[in-house]
Amino acid sequence: MMNSHLRQLEDQSVYIFREAYKHFDNLAMLWSMGKDSTVLLWLARKAFFGHVPFPLLHIDTSYKIPAMIEYRDRFAREWRLELVIGQNKEALAKGMNPTLGRVECCTALKTNGLKNLIAEKGYQGIILGVRADEEGTRAKERYFSPRDKHGDWDFREQPPELWDQFKTTFPEGTHIRIHPLLDWTEINIWEYIRAENIPIIDLYFDKGEGTRYRSLGCAPCTTPIKSTARTVDEIIEELRKTTVAERSGRAQDEGRGMELLRKDGYM
Amino acid sequence: MATAIARPTEHLNIVIVGHVDHGKSTLLGRLYADTNSLPEGKLDKVRDICRQQGKAFEYAFLFDAFLEEQEQGITIDTARTFFKWQDRHYIIIDAPGHKEFLKNMISGAARAEAALLVIDAQEGIKEQSKKHGYLLSLLGIRQVAVVVNKMDLVGYRQDVFEAIEKEYREFLSQLKVTPERFVPVSAKLGDNIANKSANMPWYGGTTVLDSLGLFRKETSREQQPLRFPVQDVYKFDARRVIAGRIAAGRVKVGDRLVFSPSNKSALVKTVEAFNVEPVPTEATAGQSTGITLDEQIFIERGEIASREDSAPLVSTTFRCNLFWMGRHPLEVGKKYLLRLATREVECEVAIIHRIIDASDLASRETRTIVGRNEVAELTIRTKAPIAFDLYSDSEVTGRFVLVDQYDVSGGGIMTEMVTDEHTVLREEARQRDIAWVKGDVGADDRARHFGHRAALVLITGGRYTGKSFLARRLEGQLVADGRHSYLLDGANLRRGLDADMAEEDTKETVRRFGEVARLLIDTGLIVVSTTNAFGGADHQAIRTLVHPTPVIAVHMSKAEEEPPPNTDLAFPGPKDYEAIAAQIITELKTRGVLAEALGAKPQFHYSI
Ligand SMILES: Nc1nc2c(ncn2[C@@H]2O[C@H](COP(=O)(O)OP(=O)(O)OP(=O)(O)O)[C@@H](O)[C@H]2O)c(=O)[nH]1
Ligand SMILES: [Mg+2]
Repeated sequence: MMNSHLRQLEDQSVYIFREAYKHFDNLAMLWSMGKDSTVLLWLARKAFFGHVPFPLLHIDTSYKIPAMIEYRDRFAREWRLELVIGQNKEALAKGMNPTLGRVECCTALKTNGLKNLIAEKGYQGIILGVRADEEGTRAKERYFSPRDKHGDWDFREQPPELWDQFKTTFPEGTHIRIHPLLDWTEINIWEYIRAENIPIIDLYFDKGEGTRYRSLGCAPCTTPIKSTARTVDEIIEELRKTTVAERSGRAQDEGRGMELLRKDGYM
Repeated sequence: MATAIARPTEHLNIVIVGHVDHGKSTLLGRLYADTNSLPEGKLDKVRDICRQQGKAFEYAFLFDAFLEEQEQGITIDTARTFFKWQDRHYIIIDAPGHKEFLKNMISGAARAEAALLVIDAQEGIKEQSKKHGYLLSLLGIRQVAVVVNKMDLVGYRQDVFEAIEKEYREFLSQLKVTPERFVPVSAKLGDNIANKSANMPWYGGTTVLDSLGLFRKETSREQQPLRFPVQDVYKFDARRVIAGRIAAGRVKVGDRLVFSPSNKSALVKTVEAFNVEPVPTEATAGQSTGITLDEQIFIERGEIASREDSAPLVSTTFRCNLFWMGRHPLEVGKKYLLRLATREVECEVAIIHRIIDASDLASRETRTIVGRNEVAELTIRTKAPIAFDLYSDSEVTGRFVLVDQYDVSGGGIMTEMVTDEHTVLREEARQRDIAWVKGDVGADDRARHFGHRAALVLITGGRYTGKSFLARRLEGQLVADGRHSYLLDGANLRRGLDADMAEEDTKETVRRFGEVARLLIDTGLIVVSTTNAFGGADHQAIRTLVHPTPVIAVHMSKAEEEPPPNTDLAFPGPKDYEAIAAQIITELKTRGVLAEALGAKPQFHYSI
């Protein structure tokens, strides 16, 4: 059984998915194989009654943890997903890596990797699993958030969003980021995973070493946390007590890193 | 299967509003800090930022996340924050107070169920204090607690607090808003935020934190009459699912639904869901769901399903209260896109009745424009009829936004339906369609059999423009192509059906013509008609009677002249009949009436 709040969150997310699908001919969704974007994927299947009528994008930085790639390929097969993999090969060929600067590396491999893919495929709408509780600038996001020709986010001029009427018309050359998970918290994500029995990658669970990942990014820039949570139930119990921010294991969030990244078009 | 531990927790959305700099963000920051709700290290991070900027500690920086906001000491955009207290969860939305960012305040407030309105004790009630109060009432937020902040700056004096309370209560009473309570606080120093203040022994009421707990959860809309706006129609597999979110009421398997404004009706066959056991048989207000029907009726996004005996209003004209946030002023006569639930239709402002000054609620001089951040009472007219409710009857289907170019620029609530010249005919069509006795052969069966849907081609024009000739050509071409078409000439009704009538009763002639056309359309035909005797208004009446059948209006003229309103195709005549007929046939394809190629499976919107 799902509690009424989870159901409301699901209803709102499904509504957003359906609006996106109705308004954008060339739509795609980011899937990083993390818990959020996997819940997002599940919600898409809810919205479209078991189908996912648009491609899933994975921006491969080449620094992802190998288990994530195995997981991706398995469910792509089982759920009959259309996968599109993007990689900033040019930057990688030039030797981009986190030791050259974390923000620089994220910008090159993720932000620009995504921008290149959007430009190449001409996507008008990109669905992402961003949540307002992750950090300060995401708290100010819209469900439908426009990006200009350069993929940049003009947070001063965000469109009004009221009564579930979203920004679905925009000039040529720009695109819209769509955020169905904006109102979900980290706990909500895990409660939903439990209620729906969603298969989640096992990097989130402790396997006896007393550590697990709380947030998944690239291997060099994501550190596991100390935790003995082995099951979804245990993770939920742990989160009820913690006072540590979710993304404290993510290096990009230091200083104003995330704000700079996001203005530039980061997820 | 894993099961969630059901906790009887409630979730409430609250917005904090008020004039710029009156301390909204500080209040929110303090609330988090004094309840230990911040993640580890967050206060230190803000302390560092303040030190770097050479400022005293600012609680506001906890949520004013952008550098620009911190440098200017001002909130630019709303922040969603998550707060939990005593088993109740809140999303608290911090809105900006600067009038430049009113549209951001509205985005935040529109999703709230209750509001904290902050007033600076030293500055008193300012312009945005009133404007925000007014907008809250327009947005339908009835639970308001007023927080009188910065009491430290007025020596915690009771008389200052009471004077503000008296003045603001009076203002709100004109809006028919009764504030729940007034709370004197100092956000900066933490008086009456989470802890009772020793500095104001004269105050016996609740703290801000306890006030949150006293806001009630809005009652669900389940008990109201059913409103199910169609969001989309899916055909991913064998099922043809009508998807949407139930705005009010409930829908069950076996219910008879009427769709407005098309007046189509059918029974609910199934309620669809993914990964739900056991399979649901009903869905209620708030749920995003999908249903299948017992008949393949043609319905589109934007229609509203209801019960037969409690259908929404249908008109092209209504009165409303609207706030405007557009870059350019709202102008009488200019075209805008209106969006109501999932319906989109072109509209224009017919009349601006008055501009309302939110600070004294007086009406200003009559004007032909509504400026940015102004509120006005208007009459709006849509190009095609829409289904709606009055806001006081049904919130979700009683409010709309206007889109100017690319941007949502205004929001309004419907206050009154205005009858237009076709209200009577529209009601006739509705009664007739709802009561229509159907055979076992449905419109989709006929369409499959004929290879096309029914439609009406109305050919107009002056004398000797070749319109009758064109109509005959078109009928001939369609039939030669294997379509089912019939030429209906108004003259043919005169000696027969209309034989009992006096010549001059054109209204009745038009009505009968429309009803005959409607019958022929129901047989699945593409009806081609020339209606010499009728004028532009009469064509509108015919459209109303055959609604929602696709109508293609073709105008022929000899001279350069403005074609009548709602003309789809205009041609110079009398000539080029072959080419014109071909163009009309192309238009029939574009509209999904005809399949692209002869003999091909027709690709209709309702995907047979
Ligand atoms: N003395 C005193 N100063 C306060 C109090 N509350 C807030 N302030 C100060 O007032 C200034 C504005 O506070 P904010 O919280 O940013 O105001 P706001 O209402 O959020 O402003 P906008 O979001 O820009 O509309 C800051 O410098 C605060 O430190 C208070 O209770 N007492
Ligand atoms: Mg503020």
